[in-house]
Amino acid sequence: MEQEDLIPVKDFCIHHNIEYSFISSLENSGLISITSVKRSSFIHVDEMHKLEKFVRLHYDLDINLEGIETINYLLERIEEMQREIVNLRNKL
Amino acid sequence: MDFVDYYKTLGISKNASTDDIKKAYRKLARKLHPDLNPNDKEAHKKFQQINEANEVLSDPEKRKKYDQYGQDWKHADQFEKAKQQQGRQGFGGGDFGGYTYSSGDDSEFSDFFESLFGGSRTRRSQAKFRGQDYNAELHLSLHDVYKTHKQTLTINGKNVRITIPAGVENGQVIRLKGYGSEGTNGGPTGDLLITFVINNNTPFRRDGNDLYKTEDIDLYNALLGGEKTIDTLGGKIKLKVSPGTQNGTKIRLKGKGFPVYKKEGEFGDLYITWNVKLPTHLTEKQKELFTELSKL
Repeated sequence: MEQEDLIPVKDFCIHHNIEYSFISSLENSGLISITSVKRSSFIHVDEMHKLEKFVRLHYDLDINLEGIETINYLLERIEEMQREIVNLRNKL
Repeated sequence: MDFVDYYKTLGISKNASTDDIKKAYRKLARKLHPDLNPNDKEAHKKFQQINEANEVLSDPEKRKKYDQYGQDWKHADQFEKAKQQQGRQGFGGGDFGGYTYSSGDDSEFSDFFESLFGGSRTRRSQAKFRGQDYNAELHLSLHDVYKTHKQTLTINGKNVRITIPAGVENGQVIRLKGYGSEGTNGGPTGDLLITFVINNNTPFRRDGNDLYKTEDIDLYNALLGGEKTIDTLGGKIKLKVSPGTQNGTKIRLKGKGFPVYKKEGEFGDLYITWNVKLPTHLTEKQKELFTELSKL
């Protein structure tokens, strides 16, 4: 993993004006993964889109962690089904 | 330009309290937020409408102006002009002098909003919202997506060079972060979602990473066996035809199919179906020989 692909969690929290505990709870729920390098926590750039979405759901729409987990699961199901529809259409 | 009933947009009555407005807005935002409705243009449009309604109704000054002139917004413009003239003549002040307009991107607001509240708006101190995602289609041929290549696209006047990985599927969507519309209230910029439309004008049929093709072989090759050179997307290859090959026989060429998306060096398989072509115009000599054969 390239070092430049990692964003310090601390910087992310400052930029979005959010608490570190929110990121920790997302990680504890298995919604995101955090990489630890020399006692510092980092987020991989590939996780950013997902993480920013969770931040918006929580801070803009007041959705709690359980709600985010449910939404995330259902959105993944929708994406999966959309992919399947595309594949089936391609076969027709 | 039509009058926009912001109360109706939020589904509240005209005497709704600030709390009612907030609640109604939150409820609709949870339903229509772009994050919860990926690729749903209708939901995005409605989300902009409820944002606009909330922008006006949650601000007491704007709500007052809207309630007073909303239905007759054209008169509001005239009133504003008259006020400005009065101001210049020394009769300044008035109910509408409190706005500090800034030039922002108001493209997500309706013409009605623009004409009533000017070419710009005050920034809400409320939630930041991510900008809308843009959707675009990129038409490519099957040959184009056989190899990873770079392509320059012009998006809103900006040139963006993207890498299109080999093996992209028809209908597959990739996300270009930050190439969508500007966020609201300093929220992050939306993304650009590119849908690949892959036109297949080759003799190959694609199913995932596997390719299918029918190849003709003549009767003699089918009966006696031999060799046949065929075209694949990666170039020509020579195949052995087994003696006694039946019409419709399928053979699998491992790793000669389509590249696997984002897995460099991995390919699907190519399936060849042999189509035995029978000779149609036999010479007298051929007829004679076939007759002899049939008697053996």
